[in-house]
Amino acid sequence: MSDSIPSGDHQARLRTPLGRVRGSGSSKSGTHHWWLERITSIALLPLILWFAFSVAAKAGEPWEVMAEWIGRPVNAVLLLLLIAIGFHHTYLGLQVVIEDYVRPERRAMFAGLAIRAVCLVLGLYAALSVVRLAV
Amino acid sequence: MANSHDAREAMMIGRRTDGTVVRRPLSPHLQVYDMLQMTSFTSIMHRITGSAWSFGLLFFVWWLGAAAAGPEAYARVQWFFGGFVGVILLFGLTAVVWYHTLAGVRHLVWDAGYGYDIPTVYRTGWMVFIGTGVMTVLTWVVAVIAWAS
Repeated sequence: MSDSIPSGDHQARLRTPLGRVRGSGSSKSGTHHWWLERITSIALLPLILWFAFSVAAKAGEPWEVMAEWIGRPVNAVLLLLLIAIGFHHTYLGLQVVIEDYVRPERRAMFAGLAIRAVCLVLGLYAALSVVRLAV
Repeated sequence: MANSHDAREAMMIGRRTDGTVVRRPLSPHLQVYDMLQMTSFTSIMHRITGSAWSFGLLFFVWWLGAAAAGPEAYARVQWFFGGFVGVILLFGLTAVVWYHTLAGVRHLVWDAGYGYDIPTVYRTGWMVFIGTGVMTVLTWVVAVIAWAS
């Protein structure tokens, strides 16, 4: 495969060995963001299947039933995971959308920070709600 | 370029041999690609559904917060989701969630190195559309049965 794409070898030689080892180009962060997006998406797959069908099966139930359901240890742990990983994935995704469409760079940076703050606050609020029903 | 305020645009602005300015499009660029192709349509839909899901998280947070707050707050959430607007919103969100999930699986398969040839891209694209419909209907069949019982 590599000998069919000689430009890859050529490009590799133009970079310092340290830069190549760290896997980072001019972006400085390499594949870390991309990799985290994949990791979180794989973790979210079983979580969203569980959540969507569990909640659908509880449609119309009164507060007593739902509060008890959210508070059960297994459900609470899965909900906390869904909240933490879900908001992380949301932040990562929205950051890319902002970087692609928001100009100039300064505004994109502030928008990214704002999204990060909102995700953190909402995630903590949701997590605290679950914990309150669980303990 | 004097009218550029963004470092990222340095690579996107150039000049033709006759000296005229050329602004190269950034990807993904809605004005350049044919949005009715399977490739670009599923791509932008993944982004739109991801953004819509982010917005939908607000209702998830509202629901959890109300459950923690008590019966009165929870009754208000139930009143909203039981009404016309709430049901339409939840139904749309269900479709959005399953599209983004299934298209996400398609992306993971690509990341693993499979499914890049055009016939496969069209086939997996249709699988995502049909899968979204099936999963959305399935979720709501479960919900309606639970609601009725």
